[in-house]
Amino acid sequence: MTAATTSATARATIPLTAADFKSDYKPIWCPGCGDFSVVSSFTRAFASLGLRPENTAVISGIGCSSRIPAYLTSYGFHGVHGRSLAAAAGLKLARPDLTVVVASGDGDGYSIGGNHFMHACRRNVDMTYVVMDNHVYGMTKGQPSPTTEPDWDSKLSPGGTGLRTFHPLVIALAAGANFVARGFSGDPKGTGELIAEAIKTPGFSFVEILSPCVTFRPEQREWRKAVREAPINTDDPARAARLIMTDDGFNIGILYRGHREPYYRKTDKAAKQPADLEKGFAI
Amino acid sequence: MKAKKATAASARKSAAAGIASIEELMAYAYALELEAAERYAEFADAMELHNNREVSGLFRKLARIEQRHAEQVLDEMGWTSPPETPHGGYKWEGFEAPETGDVTELHYLMQPYHALQIALHNEKRAHVFYGNLVKQASNAKVRKAAMEMEQEEAEHVRLIEEWIKRTPKPDADWSIDPDPPALAD
Amino acid sequence: MTDSRNGSGAAARTSISVAITGSGGAGVMTAGNMLLEAAAKAGWYGLMVRSSGPQIRGGEAAALCRFATRPVDCLDDRFDVLIAVDWENLHRFADEIPLDSASLMVGDPTQGDPPEVFAKSAARYERLGIKGMAKAIQGSWPNMVVVGVAAGLIGLPKDVLRAVVENMLKKSRAGLAPSLAAIDAGYEAGETMQAGEKLAAPAPRSESRWLITGNQAAGYGAIRGGVRFVAAYPITPATEVLEWLAPALADVGGTLVQAEDELASINMIIGASFGGVPALTATAGPGLSLMTESLGLAVAAEVPIVVIDVMRGGPSTGIPAKSEQSDVSIAVNGMHGDAPRIVVAPNSVADCLMSTQWAVHLAEATQSPAIVLSDQFFGQMRAVVDRPKDVSYQGARLTAAGNTEGYKRYSLTESGISPMAIPGTPGIAYTADGLTHNERGIPSSGAKDHAVQLAKRERKLLGHEYGDYWADVEGDGETAVVTFGSSTGPVREAIARAKADGVPVRLVSMRLLAPAQPAKLAAALAGVKRVLVVEQNHGGQLLRHLRSEFEIPGEVQSFRRPGPLPIRADEVHRQLVQWSNQ
Repeated sequence: MTAATTSATARATIPLTAADFKSDYKPIWCPGCGDFSVVSSFTRAFASLGLRPENTAVISGIGCSSRIPAYLTSYGFHGVHGRSLAAAAGLKLARPDLTVVVASGDGDGYSIGGNHFMHACRRNVDMTYVVMDNHVYGMTKGQPSPTTEPDWDSKLSPGGTGLRTFHPLVIALAAGANFVARGFSGDPKGTGELIAEAIKTPGFSFVEILSPCVTFRPEQREWRKAVREAPINTDDPARAARLIMTDDGFNIGILYRGHREPYYRKTDKAAKQPADLEKGFAI
Repeated sequence: MKAKKATAASARKSAAAGIASIEELMAYAYALELEAAERYAEFADAMELHNNREVSGLFRKLARIEQRHAEQVLDEMGWTSPPETPHGGYKWEGFEAPETGDVTELHYLMQPYHALQIALHNEKRAHVFYGNLVKQASNAKVRKAAMEMEQEEAEHVRLIEEWIKRTPKPDADWSIDPDPPALAD
Repeated sequence: MTDSRNGSGAAARTSISVAITGSGGAGVMTAGNMLLEAAAKAGWYGLMVRSSGPQIRGGEAAALCRFATRPVDCLDDRFDVLIAVDWENLHRFADEIPLDSASLMVGDPTQGDPPEVFAKSAARYERLGIKGMAKAIQGSWPNMVVVGVAAGLIGLPKDVLRAVVENMLKKSRAGLAPSLAAIDAGYEAGETMQAGEKLAAPAPRSESRWLITGNQAAGYGAIRGGVRFVAAYPITPATEVLEWLAPALADVGGTLVQAEDELASINMIIGASFGGVPALTATAGPGLSLMTESLGLAVAAEVPIVVIDVMRGGPSTGIPAKSEQSDVSIAVNGMHGDAPRIVVAPNSVADCLMSTQWAVHLAEATQSPAIVLSDQFFGQMRAVVDRPKDVSYQGARLTAAGNTEGYKRYSLTESGISPMAIPGTPGIAYTADGLTHNERGIPSSGAKDHAVQLAKRERKLLGHEYGDYWADVEGDGETAVVTFGSSTGPVREAIARAKADGVPVRLVSMRLLAPAQPAKLAAALAGVKRVLVVEQNHGGQLLRHLRSEFEIPGEVQSFRRPGPLPIRADEVHRQLVQWSNQ
């Protein structure tokens, strides 16, 4: 072993702290934004699992929450609106050795990316999907998202959309996600633990984080008072769904953890050389 | 911007009952001060990025004060390195340590007065935290130490209150921005 | 190519075209494939194009076959033989199966008379009780009689045909004897129907030949280029690329995943390629339209990917199972912002392999998206080809070493190509971004960052040396044809005929449509007085592209027609001779 590889190995074995996973870039989020705390939940989770920045990738789409990869020291991909789950699935299937985490918001994840959400749950690739839900489009100045209350007034939908809110956690259960949890940004430690559990659980894990938008939804500061520990953590999706459908949306914690086998690659080893494939064409 | 009680996590187990030694208590004290310092530093960064230099500077100052408090704990105990985090982490009554500022209380146009209100709220919570420890302490040594810490936090509360008295109160329209929010992505 | 196009019944022919038609269930495609394989085994070349009605099952279908002594890349102008198991709705194929007085129609009198459109061609009509003949041999099928008739007509050696049939039917031993008996009966009938129209003995040929579709060739080219991840969403006529790749990729240690839509498939390959694994997807026009936003992401984030577009009739759903070269504009221009991309168009079935392999190489070398513009004609055509020459093009990406001091993902290099950090490499983790960014990848809306990054991406493509592979340039003369893709086959035949008439014509078949190579085209067209631009679309998309990027010398004419009818060599030949003699 050369001196260089020795020191590289040594470096790789020093446990990293949460601070090591923070980047030098300061978030552009509004002061007061819940997403600040989510950064620290990510870094705590990564540190607690002993991950290495080079083997961790955070993939995102477009929106306030999707700015998170640049604020972390890990590989990151800030792609187009709504498609982060697809990019992440491609990365994880091509590189199963990496820990892949996806960051999204309620607009990016549930509206424009809604189709990918369902299919990602169904496909059950071993990765973690973190959605920061503030019930509003922040980057485009306050339009209603799928989780916005029907009577919430805005310029784009004066008097409210009149549409019932979307139940992402129940959709996740119905579509086959293997781990479903709800967190609160005001509880960075607890949320970090949820993210760590989500990463540890094989298959597709979904963590929705209530993360207030103080600019467009200042009333969400009151969420701190409303959240409480969820009364269940079950492997029965029907039980979990019943709770989620009937609660007030403020039960936090692990709500469901299943036993589905993750989507797997059919092969890891090359059985043939490319030239062997020509035999099929030869006359 | 008004102070709020952290009722949410009331179901959580309080740390107070479990603390059995001075070392344990001071480890809690260290963690409490350090977390507060780190949060104020984050606040300072956020305000700086939003061109509110005055409040950024104030939070930077608060961060330094809390950092000094943390270091004082180390000195008092003669510790050369930070105490080890207990198994399962620190257990606070709320989601975070009692002196840690609530992220959602920030506003980009906030004034020093508001920042000090946040600080006051945090010091009061720290005071309550030690007060509870005094009531629930399992032995006399811990009770005595907790009482000292309680007094110290009371002094902090008084200092911040005085500071607030010297600080101009914001006008009623302090948060009004004639321009709409900027568009991003 | 055909030495007796007037069908005068001279000696052996170098090319014979046979159309086999019938309703679903008649098995015309199986018959066509059997004949093509047998012709290949016998040493001939040939191809088969499938055409069918809109029905998923049971509709009218046509196997359009061409058998030849030398490699052929396109259908002939006309058909020598039409064999109809029945005549149901066959008038719909009238445009696709041109007959003339020298043609022969074979039909079953119990199935009625040939439709008026065929009858008026004055083709000779031979009545043969195909269904009755099959019925007389228990366990046999009418299409086997047809195989026999066609084989007898063109003079396909019986023993070769028998071996092929035995091989194809080896799983149904019970059906083999009656099938062979039906083929024998048909063969006898075919042989006696018309003498002197046989295919000439095979010419000297390459030792190694393949029977392959363009879609398979493209899939193989992708693997040879290094692709090891494919995301797939089914779409006609590209699905076979993906279906061929599914087991093939697994064999070479790669992965194929079926996506929920094209938005997912392109983002999956972007994710895989971000992870360092060369990645590809295949689609058609509607899918390419959906992928356009994310192609721009691959441009901005500098992630190499390859998208094969097997073109079909458009816009919108268009004509899904039929060919058209009408995605030039979207491939070359279709993205918002200044988005340099590579567009490569294969110009033969065999070239689907090399062009795709080259596209993988170009994408990886320049860290850019590459579009391969194939089309339904190549994609779904099965042809006998000489094994393509091995080309060395491999995906080779410039990557960054671990712990590089001061690493910047989008550093401004002279070539524009910056070393890419691959996840897993320590000390240089970065965030790739579709937002305009600085050299480190951090979002920036600054004028300077925007300008230098745009220029860098452009520089990567303009500075790359594409060599002679940018186009096939052949022949000389004062008249030139500029074309691309599947129009190249008929144009080449037209030029050969013009040469035989004493009119030399140059061919420029462009393989690299973007980035444009104006200096190379100028050199290829030096001294030319007339340029005919040939393409299969309504609006003249190639011509528009040429006019926007190149100075075309001399007089310019456009020969264009939308799909699904193929460009015919005869039409191009006539226009060339007429124009050159003016």
